Amino acid sequence: MEIVVKTDEIVFKYTSQPSTDGEGENNETPPKLALDGVSIAIAKGEFVAVLGHNGSGKSTLAKHINGLLLPEQGAVWVKGISTADEEKMWEIRQSVGMVFQNPDNQIIATIVEEDVAFGPENLGIPPTEIRQRVDEALEAVGMTKYAGNPPHHLSGGQKQRVAIAGILAMRPDIIVMDESTAMLDPIGRREVLTVAKRLNDEGITIILITHYMDEAAQADRIMVMNGGKVVMEGIPSEIFTQIGRLKEIGLDVPQAVEIAHKLRLGGLNLPEGIVTGKQLVEALMNVHRN
Amino acid sequence: MLKVTIGQYYPADSSIHRLDARMKLLCTMIFIVVIFFIGNFLGYALAALYLAVVIKVSKVPPKFLLRGLRAILFIIVFTAILNVFFTPGETLVFELGFVRVTQEGLLAAGRMGLRLVMLIIGSSILTLTTTPIQLTDAIEFSLKPLKKIGVPAHEIAMMMTIALRFIPTLMEEMDKIMKAQMARGADFDTGGIVKKARSLVPLLVPLFISAFRRAEELALAMESRCYRGDIGRTRMKQMKMAMRDLGAFVSLAVFTAGLFALNHVAAVFGIW
Repeated sequence: MEIVVKTDEIVFKYTSQPSTDGEGENNETPPKLALDGVSIAIAKGEFVAVLGHNGSGKSTLAKHINGLLLPEQGAVWVKGISTADEEKMWEIRQSVGMVFQNPDNQIIATIVEEDVAFGPENLGIPPTEIRQRVDEALEAVGMTKYAGNPPHHLSGGQKQRVAIAGILAMRPDIIVMDESTAMLDPIGRREVLTVAKRLNDEGITIILITHYMDEAAQADRIMVMNGGKVVMEGIPSEIFTQIGRLKEIGLDVPQAVEIAHKLRLGGLNLPEGIVTGKQLVEALMNVHRN
Repeated sequence: MLKVTIGQYYPADSSIHRLDARMKLLCTMIFIVVIFFIGNFLGYALAALYLAVVIKVSKVPPKFLLRGLRAILFIIVFTAILNVFFTPGETLVFELGFVRVTQEGLLAAGRMGLRLVMLIIGSSILTLTTTPIQLTDAIEFSLKPLKKIGVPAHEIAMMMTIALRFIPTLMEEMDKIMKAQMARGADFDTGGIVKKARSLVPLLVPLFISAFRRAEELALAMESRCYRGDIGRTRMKQMKMAMRDLGAFVSLAVFTAGLFALNHVAAVFGIW
């Protein structure tokens, strides 16, 4: 399996208050480490969710993956290139697309298709090819019919899809979604997650930073962060069965896990590894049948 | 709800709308310069006729243009009045105390008024038939030669684009902050001008803070999308001059030639 993102014991500390991600990593003095020896490896085509409560360092980690932030110690490699290599910076940013939290603050142009064209224009792609890429990217996120619209009339979910299209037009290998669903309503969240999953099926590696357990439950693998460290790592059913540990670090478990857990405590014989609503329903049907 | 018409673009499908924005910008500038060379009222009649034809072709309802004029009516009247009183002249029309109104003064006032009106109408046609983004591109293109002497053409255009993009967003935010303050008893409608101005402070402070935060996030997003100024940058939409652009230019050239001919004729026959 080809490893596309690798970090080696990275350490990072904000010198002043981080004002962009609202996580408030170091509101207290002295500044603590935002990342404290994080080592991860993500394979090509994986769908990884990074979970953690506010201030756990997950957004800081996301910003290291495309070189927006550089680690103080350790190193980050994207497709074998170190993010500290300034000459290859644009190559890395082309292959790692970032979707941010606030949909309003990442759209640059006054027309949807112009915004999608922004990335490829920066890469110096010939005009006819940009046109083609823009059309394909809008198609992929289902926003073709809004191509000529001004972005401020779109819903939050639609704006995030435009932002994803803008990244797709750069033909990335990896998309990092830095709490991209946090400001959306449930419908918008579903739209964005559906697009993310479809892109993953097409071979794009997705790194989803979130604090929604139900979103994380759909990933191939989950990393749980706390205090700047990766404290748990595994497939969703492994992670969510450790209810006590999750609660200890201030995280909830998905609703289905919680219900299954309580039913088990109540004496119902349910199998381990239930993380989604669908699995719970199936398990309950089995119990009913027996 | 707040309604904003940015740059006052009037969407329609006309040959003027389809003209290359650079050509429109160039023609508007030439037109503005030319109307200052008009020496007589026949010339103004010709210019008015030319404008009327352009307006007709552009399919922009004349009331849109008049609306633009209303806003600066005061300036036009004020300039005209100044011209009446401060133009030295011989032929006295009437005198009232120290106020002398001469024929020359009235003529100068009329000329200046007409010039201003045509200047406004001419530039309104440009903004009404050109989308802000096309206009920005045209401005970037025209500033390009100045880059050699250090004018940041691309940066200016990018700033304009971002400003245009964020006007509706910030308007919406202003509306939200206003409602939040009103819900807590703030009063924006009563009191004198000083009190009203003071009541804006609690609106502007949060608005500015948020604008700075947005700017920072936008910068990160732009950097993530490989933005590095105009180094090696291409554009999806290429501006292309077409036959109709040449046609527009020729029509303006013919108009200009006609005006100078009229100026000459008027000078020979002594028309105002």
